Amino acid sequence: MNHKTVDCRGLACPQPVLNTKKAMETEGIASIITIVDNDVARQNVILFAKNAGYEVTEEAKDDAFHLNISHPGEALPSKTDGGYKQETTRSAESGPVYFITTNALGQGSPDLGQVLIKSLFTTLAEMNPPPAALLFLNTGVFLTCAGSDVMNQLEKMHASGTSVLSCGTCLDYYKINDKLKIGSVSNMFEINNWLSGPHMVTTIA
Amino acid sequence: MGPHTLSQVLRHIPVSNDPRLMVGLETSDDAAVYKLNDDQALIQTVDFFTPMVDDPYLYGQIAAANALSDIYAMGGRPLMALNIVCFPDCLPHTILEEILRGGAEKVQEAGGIIAGGHTVRDAEPKYGLTVTGLARPEQITANAGARAGDLLVLTKPLGTGIIITGIKAEMVSEAAVSVAAQSMSALNREASEAMLRHGAKACTDITGFGLLGHASEMAGASGVTLEIDYSSLPLLPETMNMARMGLIPGGAYDNREYLRGRVELDEGLKPEEQMLLFDPQTSGGLLVSIPAPGAEKIISELAGAGIHAAIIGRVLPREEKLIRVVPSGDKEEVGTKAKGEVGTQ
Repeated sequence: MNHKTVDCRGLACPQPVLNTKKAMETEGIASIITIVDNDVARQNVILFAKNAGYEVTEEAKDDAFHLNISHPGEALPSKTDGGYKQETTRSAESGPVYFITTNALGQGSPDLGQVLIKSLFTTLAEMNPPPAALLFLNTGVFLTCAGSDVMNQLEKMHASGTSVLSCGTCLDYYKINDKLKIGSVSNMFEINNWLSGPHMVTTIA
Repeated sequence: MGPHTLSQVLRHIPVSNDPRLMVGLETSDDAAVYKLNDDQALIQTVDFFTPMVDDPYLYGQIAAANALSDIYAMGGRPLMALNIVCFPDCLPHTILEEILRGGAEKVQEAGGIIAGGHTVRDAEPKYGLTVTGLARPEQITANAGARAGDLLVLTKPLGTGIIITGIKAEMVSEAAVSVAAQSMSALNREASEAMLRHGAKACTDITGFGLLGHASEMAGASGVTLEIDYSSLPLLPETMNMARMGLIPGGAYDNREYLRGRVELDEGLKPEEQMLLFDPQTSGGLLVSIPAPGAEKIISELAGAGIHAAIIGRVLPREEKLIRVVPSGDKEEVGTKAKGEVGTQ
């Protein structure tokens, strides 16, 4: 397993945290040493790494702090998802990610599109392992809000560990923030974390 | 400047004992108060800082709301303000125009007048105001007026320092940025008027020293201990997500260091929850100490004006520590709105 050193000397907050986070998201990295030269960066990187599920040991040398950050147990690259641990079970963790940017599948009749999207979600809900994450963007966010035809299917997947994330900007744009019925509000940062992570991603447009 | 450095420096300044100076340096108050006569007291304050947001107009508004807040925290109303500006040659002057327009409109909203100002060439922009206000001498709400048995009311959500750090890291959603901007640029006028209507005797505004820094100034000046209920604290949206990621400004660590040994935090508080208590606030809310009936009236009247205020604790007779923070509630809901967070609508 690979090891990476992240030299953050001379960098002000929040950069040391961001550089450490980036290293964590690199595939195949099992342990990281982040070097920082000020106490604020030291404390912030430790806080971040521990909350992301890592173990941290530190040593002071050459007027700097060397923070040894490693994942306890297995060497799967960790999903940090904005600093908190994802509420996924191991089985969903290994499933694919779906990026859903529409509430009607394919070009053509909107009615047909809705029938097809329902059919897609019924199929997804039967998958084994279930999807790791469903990312809803643009009109896709209507599927996670009140009135959705696929709520039962979403609930089933959510219950088996699938992360259900809806784009906050999109909910705002369509003024349906208060109608969200399942999963959580997300942002482009977190969505991109999933898209650029180790999972297989399928886009539904 | 951090609270520790500041208190070191201020030790060497001669203290005035002129009886007309009702509130001076000693009690770490928000503004100085000079008694003109039995009916009128003059309040004087100055506040300026470097930009914390990219939008110059918003920066101007926030800087002005922050400076005016010192007058409101003392129980006064602003009369007149002067601009303080540091600005580099290399930036377009339209930026400065926007900053000043933001400040002027905020002073106007407060019912005050901008009567002039002073500009200095400097590498980094800085903007703020000196504000003169007026109050009735018996209504001055200084740090020293908190009494055991009072409740503590906070009139804006916490978390601006952490959110600003999160914005620098480009991790805060647009919706949460806009709630924070709205909160920082909001005047503490309604909050101040409401506390005066209900006879508050002590108030401070929560700014750079964080909730516990300013609360401890009140506790020290009043000779009491403040008990703060962590679970009741109102938070800006996404604050805890940012805090968990270690997006915590250096000022929070300075504030914690300064208060070491003087505050007692419940052992169950997570590191990021502790840091929230020390998070430096930009143009934060008022912390008001007031007997229970008044506290509830303030909350309901401000709610009517669309302001989210909360009762966050109570005043106890002086114990060993200035502040005691009691156990955390459940703030761990992920993604959905955490308990206590203010909505993004």
